[in-house]
Amino acid sequence: MNERRSDVLIVGGGGAGCSAALHLAQRGARVTLLERGLVGSQATGVNYGGVRQQGRHPAELPIARRARALWGRLAALVGSDCEFEVTGHLKLARSEVEEAELVAYLDVAKAHDLPLRMIGRNAIHREYPWLGPVVVAGSLAPDDGAANPRLLAPALARAASILGADILENREVTTLAHDGTGFVVTAGHETFAAPVLLNTAGFWGGKVAAAFGELVPVAPMSPIMLVTEPLPWFIAPNLGVVGGNVYLRQIRRGNVIFGGGRGENDPVTARSRVLPEPALRSMHLAIELVPALADAQVIRSWTGIDGAMPDGIPVIGASTTTPGLLHAFGFSGHGFQLGPAIGAILAELVLDGHTDVPLEPFRIDRFAATIDANKGDNA
Amino acid sequence: MTVAVVGAGPAGTRAAEVLVQAGLRPVVIDEAPDNGGRIYQRPPAGFRRSDGDLYGTEAHKAQALHRRFDQLRGAIDLRASTLVWDVRPQQLLTLRDGRSETIGFEQAILCTGAMDRVIPLPGWTLPGVYTLGGAQVALKTQGCAIGQAVAFLGTGPLLWLVAYQYAKAGARVAAVLDTTDFATKAWRTGGLLRGGRTFLNGLRYVGWLRWRGVRIVEGVVPEAIEGDGEVTGLRYRTRHGTHHIACDAVGIGWGLKPETQLADLAGVSFAFDPVQRGWLPVRNEAGRTDIRGIYLAGDGVRIGGADVAELAGARVAWAVVEDRGLPVDHAAVARLDRALQRQAKFRQALDRAFPYPHRLAAGMADDTILCRCEAITAGAMRAAATAEVNRTKALTRIGMGRCQGRVCGPAAAEVLAAALGCPVEQVGRLRGQPPVKPIPMRTAAAG
Repeated sequence: MNERRSDVLIVGGGGAGCSAALHLAQRGARVTLLERGLVGSQATGVNYGGVRQQGRHPAELPIARRARALWGRLAALVGSDCEFEVTGHLKLARSEVEEAELVAYLDVAKAHDLPLRMIGRNAIHREYPWLGPVVVAGSLAPDDGAANPRLLAPALARAASILGADILENREVTTLAHDGTGFVVTAGHETFAAPVLLNTAGFWGGKVAAAFGELVPVAPMSPIMLVTEPLPWFIAPNLGVVGGNVYLRQIRRGNVIFGGGRGENDPVTARSRVLPEPALRSMHLAIELVPALADAQVIRSWTGIDGAMPDGIPVIGASTTTPGLLHAFGFSGHGFQLGPAIGAILAELVLDGHTDVPLEPFRIDRFAATIDANKGDNA
Repeated sequence: MTVAVVGAGPAGTRAAEVLVQAGLRPVVIDEAPDNGGRIYQRPPAGFRRSDGDLYGTEAHKAQALHRRFDQLRGAIDLRASTLVWDVRPQQLLTLRDGRSETIGFEQAILCTGAMDRVIPLPGWTLPGVYTLGGAQVALKTQGCAIGQAVAFLGTGPLLWLVAYQYAKAGARVAAVLDTTDFATKAWRTGGLLRGGRTFLNGLRYVGWLRWRGVRIVEGVVPEAIEGDGEVTGLRYRTRHGTHHIACDAVGIGWGLKPETQLADLAGVSFAFDPVQRGWLPVRNEAGRTDIRGIYLAGDGVRIGGADVAELAGARVAWAVVEDRGLPVDHAAVARLDRALQRQAKFRQALDRAFPYPHRLAAGMADDTILCRCEAITAGAMRAAATAEVNRTKALTRIGMGRCQGRVCGPAAAEVLAAALGCPVEQVGRLRGQPPVKPIPMRTAAAG
């Protein structure tokens, strides 16, 4: 059989997979990346574009901090800044309960050296006079920002291929196996072999893991994004809210990009679609935050497919069944900012055997008990 | 549940007519304040130009269609000034007076019509440049011309019709510049005569314009619309050299393209049509699609003109009637099928006589603004050319603006295909996303 051999085989060309290809290639590893469609077609390429640390699960913050540093040097790393801009991220509270949550997060941020500034009831409307009366407080992460999600994966992939990585698009993986000495993966009539396999397949990461006997409760999710026609620029920071049911930013060209709610999807065909009711609700919530948007026109909406975990944080780390298999998937709608760092971390795990970021909370077997229990119920 | 007809032009009107005849009460939806579609668009109340002035040689058809529609008014549920901005299984999302309303349907006949197909050229974003259709609408619904001295540029029957209508209405037509070689047309004459009237009308318009002393040039290569902040002239090339004409407005258009967004959002399959050189929704002779409950007719499926649209609208309505298990007038259906076959042959000849000059699109200069919504040049697209049009859109923002690629899409595909050296069908088509047209943020769910 005609096998294409490499040191590391990567399944899934999103931010994590493409960044892993780049970081591995930088250190001389022979890398092959298989992507079902085009790189960055799903979660990495069609998300909101938030480059946000604020509000993340404490376990994610060390990765987010590392990722933020990479975003700052992205132009040097991949030859494009992917329109990354440090706009600050302003997380808004719309009630006292939400305000209390913002205050509570200050301690989390402090523990991770994340700069954060609380803005109280009076100051918030003074500093941001265009905010609606529904807003009662906010916290600003000045180092956070936003980027153009459509550019990230192609830029990472391009940089990786310049260094010799094989980025193979339109290769849908058909079988995955370990033959005792290494991994053998087929995509159509082609066969690929490597001693190391990285599973960065987003929602479909669950299928890859399942091929090696690891069952993960990952569900498809399709966050809805919308964009308005260009308006005079007035919204500087990237806006979020406690609870996350709406998020909104204005790019320099003037368009306001906002998101919220979920569309529908079919993981078999990899198609996803915006639904009208949640899209309309997002418009309503966006106007509540910034009433001046009421007369703006929405020109387009879109979504894609990401993998959602029950606890909202991804699976990252070694397989518990198969040596040489590493997972990084299930980013649950907030992996865009993390992607560049995930690739760096995976490269370290492959080449050094360890990384300085604690990965314990992301263990793949953290749901094993639940899954076994459910199995019992079904039996 | 009801039958919905989207679009009250020639196709939609005839569809509604058959549905009413079969005892149904369809919901008929149109973006315009009244029926007629673009071609037979009704003037606003109080407008005093005669039908002859408004519709020219087609006045009797417009009158017949309007008369029929007026008779149907009590028997249909008409939703005018209503935009269908998305379609879901058995549901249309509509917008009227800033409010969104969901209209349920069992069958929907999409008669979404057409818009101009344009080829960007330097200066086409200047104020004073209109599509041929836009220039015609200004005349029909507002009784005004787009300028004091208007040049018309492009190809196809509409080019000559609009120029004729302008001159007839008293506007000064600075020139009619056809990018199709006269030889091409002459060569196809035999085929055209098969259909007859449209071509004879065309000849009449050309003859009349010549007789009036309007400058007519065929086989031109347009170079630029000139002006600084407003149109002052148009530069073009012929085999005799470069020429310049002074004008203060330009109407451009290279035939029409179907408005297929709703069919796309409904999930209907598309296929590349090599004659019309575009991706068109697939439907059978009766107008049925591969999506249950979705039927198509008229120029929104494939450009055939108003006569074909009337026939296809009636035909597709009979398919709906049949699928609802109601009695069908088989003789009427057979008559429609025969007439549609005759028209198809004529249409093919017309398409071949006025081909879309795709090389003109593919060869546009690098600094030409290709996507006017996002101000993206042809050069920027070439620099980012990837094997698929949606990916190139993602990298360059081409087709991402207000019009969602409805205007620049066909030309962008030609530029991309030429840059890659592949057939245009290979680069694919821009995928539709809701809303079909911009909707205001304050659109609140109602009803």
